[in-house]
Amino acid sequence: MYKISLDNINSLFAAIAESKELFLPVKKAGQANYANWTEDCEVALDSLKTVKSPKDAFFPQFETLYKVNRKIIPTDASEEEGSETLVETKLRTKLEITPTELKDKDFVVFGMKSCDVKGIEALDKVFLTDPVDNFYKARREHGIIVALACHEPEESCFCTVFGVDPADPSKAKADVATWIVDGELYWKAISEKGEELTKSVASLLSDAADDAADAEISNITNIMTKLPNTKLSLEGWGEGKTDEKFNSEVWNELYKPCLGCGTCTFVCPTCQCYDIKDYSTKDGIQRYRCWDSCMYSDFTLMAGGQNRTSQVQRFRQRFMHKLVYFPDRYGMYSCVGCGRCVDKCPQSLNVVKVIKAFENEKKEAGANV
Amino acid sequence: MCNCGSHDSLVPQIGIITGITQETPDVKTFKVNAPDGGKLFEHMPGQCAMVCIPGVSEGMFSITSSPTNKEYQEFSIKKCGILTEQLHSLQVGDEVTVRGPYGNNFPVETEFKGKNLLFIAGGIGLAPLRSVINYCLDNRENYGRIDILYGSRSADDLVKLQEIQDVWMKAPNVNVYLTIDREQEGWDGHVGFVPTYLKEIGFSTDCIGIVCGPPIMIKFVLQGLKEMGFTDEQIYTTLELRMKCGIGKCGRCNIGSKFVCKDGPVFRFDQIDELPNEY
Amino acid sequence: MQGLIDRLSALLSDGTVARVLGWKKGDMPYNPEPHMFETAESLKDFVYDGFCGANLSKMMIEASKLEGKTAVCLKPCDSYSFNQLIREHRVDRENAYIIGVGCRGKLDIDKARANGIKGIEEVSGTELDGPDSVSFKTIYGDKEMSYSDLLLGRCHVCKGKEHMIYDELWGESKDTADSERFDEVKALEAMSPAERFEFFKKELSKCIRCNACRNVCPACSCRKCAFDNNNFDSQQKANVDSFEEKMFHIIRAFHVAGRCTDCGECSRVCPEGIPLHLFNRKFIKDIDELYGEFQAGKDPEAQSPLTDYTFEDCEPGIVAERSNG
Repeated sequence: MYKISLDNINSLFAAIAESKELFLPVKKAGQANYANWTEDCEVALDSLKTVKSPKDAFFPQFETLYKVNRKIIPTDASEEEGSETLVETKLRTKLEITPTELKDKDFVVFGMKSCDVKGIEALDKVFLTDPVDNFYKARREHGIIVALACHEPEESCFCTVFGVDPADPSKAKADVATWIVDGELYWKAISEKGEELTKSVASLLSDAADDAADAEISNITNIMTKLPNTKLSLEGWGEGKTDEKFNSEVWNELYKPCLGCGTCTFVCPTCQCYDIKDYSTKDGIQRYRCWDSCMYSDFTLMAGGQNRTSQVQRFRQRFMHKLVYFPDRYGMYSCVGCGRCVDKCPQSLNVVKVIKAFENEKKEAGANV
Repeated sequence: MCNCGSHDSLVPQIGIITGITQETPDVKTFKVNAPDGGKLFEHMPGQCAMVCIPGVSEGMFSITSSPTNKEYQEFSIKKCGILTEQLHSLQVGDEVTVRGPYGNNFPVETEFKGKNLLFIAGGIGLAPLRSVINYCLDNRENYGRIDILYGSRSADDLVKLQEIQDVWMKAPNVNVYLTIDREQEGWDGHVGFVPTYLKEIGFSTDCIGIVCGPPIMIKFVLQGLKEMGFTDEQIYTTLELRMKCGIGKCGRCNIGSKFVCKDGPVFRFDQIDELPNEY
Repeated sequence: MQGLIDRLSALLSDGTVARVLGWKKGDMPYNPEPHMFETAESLKDFVYDGFCGANLSKMMIEASKLEGKTAVCLKPCDSYSFNQLIREHRVDRENAYIIGVGCRGKLDIDKARANGIKGIEEVSGTELDGPDSVSFKTIYGDKEMSYSDLLLGRCHVCKGKEHMIYDELWGESKDTADSERFDEVKALEAMSPAERFEFFKKELSKCIRCNACRNVCPACSCRKCAFDNNNFDSQQKANVDSFEEKMFHIIRAFHVAGRCTDCGECSRVCPEGIPLHLFNRKFIKDIDELYGEFQAGKDPEAQSPLTDYTFEDCEPGIVAERSNG
């Protein structure tokens, strides 16, 4: 275990940023979000939850996949069966594709909470399953995750329900685990990548005993038991529960206030639905990928009118995906209990309320028997 | 599994259009090759590919040519939207982008082997089945009797009529039944909807049914087949939903925990029955 | 609140209304959700307190298509939105039974969080007739904040305690305005163009394109939004830091100009805390200056300055004159 005083933390950031891009919570116009570190940025390591999750580091909200140059060229006249009246038929469209370079430089994501690290595990399941998404894979290979323990978790947190340990980031699939206690950042490498990063900033770190971090771990663990949503039960969710949950009447009530906006999906660390579109610029056509939301009315819409044409179907899809379909397919929930949707839904709907509504239904059904 | 270029499954190859056949007033078949000749990729019958005119749109189309065609891939495309309209305006020599092949395939090397096959198609629904039919004809010894029931709105809307008459009808142990919806001058064949004709012919249940066409036709054909004694386990079809990535990641085309683009498009009816009712 | 529940329950029982559109108790002390109550029994979960900020007017578009009347709880400022929707023929007045509920300003839980309040277990003092301060019981100790320090931004420029439309009233209202409505706009106008551009660039660069502002907006009631057109050759779904991104908000502001009642829902729901109401309020100030004072939703019969022509209307040249001035 090493440590560095928070007074000196900027020199740590500067040292990392010397050779690598550094992505960390930064406050801009009043809100903390992950952004690239610059000398004059307002680092917000004390923000428990950034508005958006750090998934942007590996799966950015917007990225260009490739560019296409389209050339209209006259073809060799001899190929044509000679009518001179149809001049335009001799013009042919030729294409040239230039893929975007894959990430090839190391970068550090600093201050990720254990829930968000778990969120990356869910993204891995999707993007690293055959056929592999190489844009994502390259970022995963070059990304170094410095995880930070959750000092003073809040009432919207329920990560422990999904097996996340917010107190001890060394249990997360990160590269370095850190804790902030009394003005000191405690630092422990937990992977090979983490060891290397530690070496590169070793001159700024001093040796430390484990007690401070240990005390913080037991402190956070204790707080978590007091938070209301950490008692949530996932009984009845998970693999093989499609029929039982899909056909429930509960959805028909629950979805009603839903605005069909994309807030929950865009702040979520595990939502990974995307759109692919073309954008014509003066230097050719950009094929880009951007986050999309299963809550949007045009998400699945086809010319023939299919499918999930009502908001209740879309609402059900989002939660069924997180709590049933994803476990079916990948063996883990696609919710990590970060609680961002709990904080941010404009209508105060969220995954916790969904789980509770089904619990209540069960209780009421039980009472009626 | 995916042999769609080295950079990424989302970066396409360039395909050059090497032939265009006007099949019906609104269906054209496009031959596509790699720019330096040869095929873009190898595929299996039933698989699809994403064809795109950059700056316009990209769409999933079934590959209608058989894998046994060693020279090129073909796509039979019906004009019914912005992308397909633009595709119809292309000419030989124009380039498009192609990603794929995507999805599963008809089990021609497993469940279908040694069996009698009954193909039932409506309109452009012949496109995915043509790949299977030609594959089976080119490996004729591996399959039993082949019955093909194909119907369309009118005689002019029968896709690949030339090939049906010149190749399929002349192949050994193959029976082709054609029908059109309404009487038409110059048509002396059968008139009537596919599901009705199906019952009139009354196929025996010693075969596998492979159905593709408009949803309403599929619904009544399925009913008909069941009345005739077919079980869900011996009927196959293809599903179609909105797709963007083609590789089971963008989250659009799922029904329950299955992605149509990756786990489909080919499903057996008993598999469809298990899915939540959302397609 | 029990009085209100009793009254709503009576309206349901005697068949005056088929359902009640109100707020349902949340699973936390500060997150009630809009809810359609179909039975008197279900009203046990009804709540009306300082956290019922959601403007229910827009939900009446769908509710007024249902069989029978819907009782809807509208706060004074919500009633402007409802009136505007009547004017636009988006809601059916005959299918609504409006309970004008009293309001002493609505609360913003983010104001508590910004004040370091977290781990909230209980909140008290948020009811309509509650005290001037709100108490928080948290796992990190007890905290207190004044009711007015917790108010949503829009409540500091409250349009007044009068309901513009109602069938009956329940509870006392209070005008919570403690600053001038156009102060924020004047501050923007006082900036140099470069400063102003920087300000909006910084704010709008946070936009995550979630469309919450649009979807909550009572003036955004188009069945299909132009921005949901998949055939756009634009980056409309991407949050690139470019002209296109800003255009979304600017086009939206133009589209609702003259119809926006300044209900402030856009700023309330923005997950990134972007003060989106500033665009609309600038338009309102300009309309006031160019066409005479006008408040959308005050009177559903009133002529709307941007859709009615009079000989006194300013000439387009006013734009150049103003930018020179």
